[in-house]
Amino acid sequence: MSEEKTHIVPYKTQVIVLFVLLILTGITVAVTRLEFGALNTLIAMLVAGIKATIVLAWYMHLKYEKRLLPMLVAGVVILFLLVLFVTFFDYSYR
Amino acid sequence: MIEHRDDQGAKLGMWLFIFTELLLFGMLFVVYAVYRSMHPEAFRIAGEELDVTLGTINTVILLISSMTAAMSITAIQKGNKKLCLQLLGITILIAVIFLVNKYFEWGAKFEYGFYPGSPELHELGYGTILFFGLYFFMTGVHALHIIIGIGLFIYVALQVKKDKIHQTDHVWLENTGLYWHLVDLIWIFLFPLFYLIH
Repeated sequence: MSEEKTHIVPYKTQVIVLFVLLILTGITVAVTRLEFGALNTLIAMLVAGIKATIVLAWYMHLKYEKRLLPMLVAGVVILFLLVLFVTFFDYSYR
Repeated sequence: MIEHRDDQGAKLGMWLFIFTELLLFGMLFVVYAVYRSMHPEAFRIAGEELDVTLGTINTVILLISSMTAAMSITAIQKGNKKLCLQLLGITILIAVIFLVNKYFEWGAKFEYGFYPGSPELHELGYGTILFFGLYFFMTGVHALHIIIGIGLFIYVALQVKKDKIHQTDHVWLENTGLYWHLVDLIWIFLFPLFYLIH
């Protein structure tokens, strides 16, 4: 049997999280209509990153877990960014 | 007989699986980034062919389904079986609607003659071929995950109904929820990268 009490996320919190996510979605779509050049993609990825963090923290309960899981997730994100960096490093000097 | 269960272990196992999924999609995003940097104009023009309205609708409903999935866990933790089943039902329904939208979206592309290996695409050059190749592959693999998610939710709902998943034993529901949020997480990045290219 599980020995410890699991944290119950209130319905209200989940509704608030949804509204924040929907607002951020609205922002991404709206920003597309403005002209920022290369910045557009950067802004879109920044907003997507914030949305992803919110989903990970609240819906995927990382906020309420022990430290191990958030650290592992951060590790995977860093690994991905490293692969992206190394790949571009390779392609830029061909 | 004493039942032995390790919910923490089960969740850790699910997370390890999620990491493999993140890296699978992650590497597809790396491929996307490289090809887009090589063909920025073609990607921009091809991106405008995609239906932003349909993409936005799918983003919104997928976010809502993530909430209903998360709420179903709260419901079972509070011992509210009926509400849990209703929320799971809504989640499954939204997942099906997502696929129906996808069907119409892909169908419209096919009608234009845009499908992998089509002669129309061939005339438009490498950049466009790569864009649509990645679009069909990445949204296709994502849609496959939606289908698997529907199967998992149906299984979990049946277990809830049979009281196999209940207030004190709901790790199956939690792990299915985690899987569903992963599907949502991927879409959060797919949506701006394909539909909102500027």
